[in-house]
Amino acid sequence: MSHSQASDKLMVELRDLNKWYGEFHVLKNINLEVKQGEKIVICGPSGSGKSTMIRCINHLEEHQKGDIVVSGIPLNEDIKNIEAIRKEVGMVFQHFNLFPHLTVLENCVLAPIWVKKMPRKEAEAQAMELLERVKIPDQALKYPGQLSGGQQQRVAIARSLCMNPDVMLFDEPTSALDPEMIKEVLDVMIELATEGMTMLCVTHEMGFAKTVADRVIFMDGGQIVEENEPHEFFNNPQHERTQLFLSQILQH
Amino acid sequence: MKYEMQPTLPPPASMVGVIGWMRKHLFNGPINSVATIVVGYFLISFLVPTIQWIFIDADWVGDSRDACTSGGACWVFINNRLDQFLYGFYPEAEHWRVQTAFILLIGSIIWLVMPQTPKKGLVAALLLVVYPVVAFFLLYGDIFGLETVETHLWGGLSLTLVLAVVGIVASLPLGILLALGRQSEMPIVKSVCVIFIEIWRGVPLITVLFMASVMLPLFFPEGMSFDKLLRALIGITLFQSAYMAEVIRGGLQAIPKGQYEAADALGLGYWQKMILIIMPQALKLMIPGIVNTFIALFKDTSLVLIIGLFDVLAIGQAANQDPKWIGYSTESYLFVALLFWVFCFSMSRYSQQLERQLHTGH
Repeated sequence: MSHSQASDKLMVELRDLNKWYGEFHVLKNINLEVKQGEKIVICGPSGSGKSTMIRCINHLEEHQKGDIVVSGIPLNEDIKNIEAIRKEVGMVFQHFNLFPHLTVLENCVLAPIWVKKMPRKEAEAQAMELLERVKIPDQALKYPGQLSGGQQQRVAIARSLCMNPDVMLFDEPTSALDPEMIKEVLDVMIELATEGMTMLCVTHEMGFAKTVADRVIFMDGGQIVEENEPHEFFNNPQHERTQLFLSQILQH
Repeated sequence: MKYEMQPTLPPPASMVGVIGWMRKHLFNGPINSVATIVVGYFLISFLVPTIQWIFIDADWVGDSRDACTSGGACWVFINNRLDQFLYGFYPEAEHWRVQTAFILLIGSIIWLVMPQTPKKGLVAALLLVVYPVVAFFLLYGDIFGLETVETHLWGGLSLTLVLAVVGIVASLPLGILLALGRQSEMPIVKSVCVIFIEIWRGVPLITVLFMASVMLPLFFPEGMSFDKLLRALIGITLFQSAYMAEVIRGGLQAIPKGQYEAADALGLGYWQKMILIIMPQALKLMIPGIVNTFIALFKDTSLVLIIGLFDVLAIGQAANQDPKWIGYSTESYLFVALLFWVFCFSMSRYSQQLERQLHTGH
């Protein structure tokens, strides 16, 4: 089942993307197009390059060959373009990476105020609205260290949304969480998906993939091995490597 | 099986009260009991005569050494020379200027230290930007009809404070810049910072002060001269900023990579990222190290006596040479030590308070 809200506008384009860590070839000729409103789930064994790939999109990792275009802006050496792309792309990390010296509210208003030059009042109103959407407005004045992992991750999502991004990247958002807290984060992500956000999620939550993904991408050894809509992907995987992977993560 | 909540009980009596504390900490087994008694004996046999000498048998008031007859400490000596200890050779009629500068400084520091006072940002800005100018003209004069007081007349505790405060205020920002430069990916910036830091760290402060006072003037064109105090200040600042840079670099390295990435991903520029995210965390982590450097700096200011500046220690030594007061150097050294201790201990306590205040539960 997929709710296709995708329009024809391309939000993310990766063309012949190649990346090396020293001698090690981590990404090999990646080609991917993500349309506006599409939700992509990326899975694969550890070390397959899936995190590296999405981290290239907002230039947390540098690529050496190929082209990246985000929201129509080419990602190149020009620091202006990099900053412009980062304004349009939100990212949620495995370890939340909230700023521990700032309150939840300050975490959320920091970038709008300093990057978008939004007046503080307006930024705070918007932040409270988003904190309400992730269901923790009552924690706004606490520090991240006083919250549970699930709450911290929801704050991290709200913090990214405060920049009004066109695209959201999720880098294993639930893998550092206790099992009890995974659901509260996934619920927020599902809600975000149904509202039409363009999303690229690196995750092993296959339930989430089945519910919201338009496409599931399987990566191994730095390449895209298989790419399909979720029903086909899970029920009828084409490649042996995909079948093996799925049998390993779904047998429980 | 039925599950029931267990009641919470108070701790056993041996854990509480004075007796419990003594049992646990002083007389915990035969060896510890013997150790407590032996150490206690030595402490008492040392402390009792010391306290007697300093306080009970001491002489406090008088005009000359004739007042010191009771065999204890002769604080008359310090009392008579107190002005010199505090102001050096600053003209007596102008002492109010030093006092005003000092009160302004202490006043604004207390304002910043107290948790409840408002407008801390404004006071801090005034202290860092306006105060140095005001203090300079107050002390030096030559403006608004204030009599000029040349820096070679400055001395005593006030000179020590000038050296320490300028050194502290100037070396922290310089150290931050050097630490950032050392981490920079730009090769020229990086190597300039590394070379600067390693040169200053590899040289003793005494050498730096000698260089500043003796060697430097040789390189200046004839007729051009720099104030000796200014040269010492620059030497101390550059020297300490190299140490500060290394302390701060330690703090920067302790910040997880994720913090940099989160700031990058939100679109913050380099300086925004450093000023808003990384530095506040690194500086907080490094408060003990930074204050440690400040304390070292404060005490190192006494080295200026070898280039002929009369800081509070040099004043003490000069006083010891006074034929009228020969034989009372213990008192003057104790007094100078007490002055240093008061300032250094206050810094240390304040840093601990600051750490607690900034703790946000992570």
